[in-house]
Amino acid sequence: MTNEEYPLKKVCIICAKGSLEDVYAALVMANGAVMEGIETKVFFTFFGLDAITKKQMNSLHTATLGNPAMRMPGGLPFPSLLGVLPGVEAGVSAMMKKQMEQLDIPTVPEFLEMITAGGGEIFACKLAVDMFKLKRDELSDEVKDVITVGQFYELCGGQGTQIIFT
Amino acid sequence: MAQKEYAGVLVDVNDEGYLENSEQWSKEVAQAIAQELSIVLTEKHFQVIDFLRERVAKGEALTIRSIGKSGIVDIKGFYELFPGAPLKLATKIAGVKKPLSCV
Repeated sequence: MTNEEYPLKKVCIICAKGSLEDVYAALVMANGAVMEGIETKVFFTFFGLDAITKKQMNSLHTATLGNPAMRMPGGLPFPSLLGVLPGVEAGVSAMMKKQMEQLDIPTVPEFLEMITAGGGEIFACKLAVDMFKLKRDELSDEVKDVITVGQFYELCGGQGTQIIFT
Repeated sequence: MAQKEYAGVLVDVNDEGYLENSEQWSKEVAQAIAQELSIVLTEKHFQVIDFLRERVAKGEALTIRSIGKSGIVDIKGFYELFPGAPLKLATKIAGVKKPLSCV
């Protein structure tokens, strides 16, 4: 009963949130799986759709309010009142993006391309697409299809498959 | 330390089969490792391998993204050259350490 006997063969990742860190969690997990040769499907729903919407994908933010892990540079607590000020959230998000670039972490559109280049598949949730009144051409070209939850589950079958909700 | 014979040369390998000493690598060793992984090396493969070895020699981190930006091959092409897990396979054949990169 060791792990070697049942290696992970497929991961199905669901991203339902649109903040910078939530989207990157899903993208890093997905691309990491593709890099390991694991079959990978990613399903974007609700606010997660921002990550695959052309207009939004380059301007994702990290929340400066209601985020207890938020720190000032140097590690001091980040005062909530500061997070309210106009431009602070954008500044913090820009700082995070700069740090990620230094670690060779790609931008959202580039990350999506990397995932599909390695054979991973990206899907949008039909219900959420309808709800946000998005058209197909507003979504990234890397999106393979707009599908229902049921269709997504059909893709998640097979031994050695895991569903990850980020 | 385990040893393995590739192309008539004894090389030091770790428990995952990666060369411990990059100096023991040669093109013939690369061919033999690739054969074991069912990959037939072409000129393009060697260009990628040279790029990986140069980067490692400079102490730079290896990422799929950096290979996509190398000008040698795009990311899709990299997956086609080393099907499955390209960075792991390519570094093994290139005789460098397995990268600890997450991207």
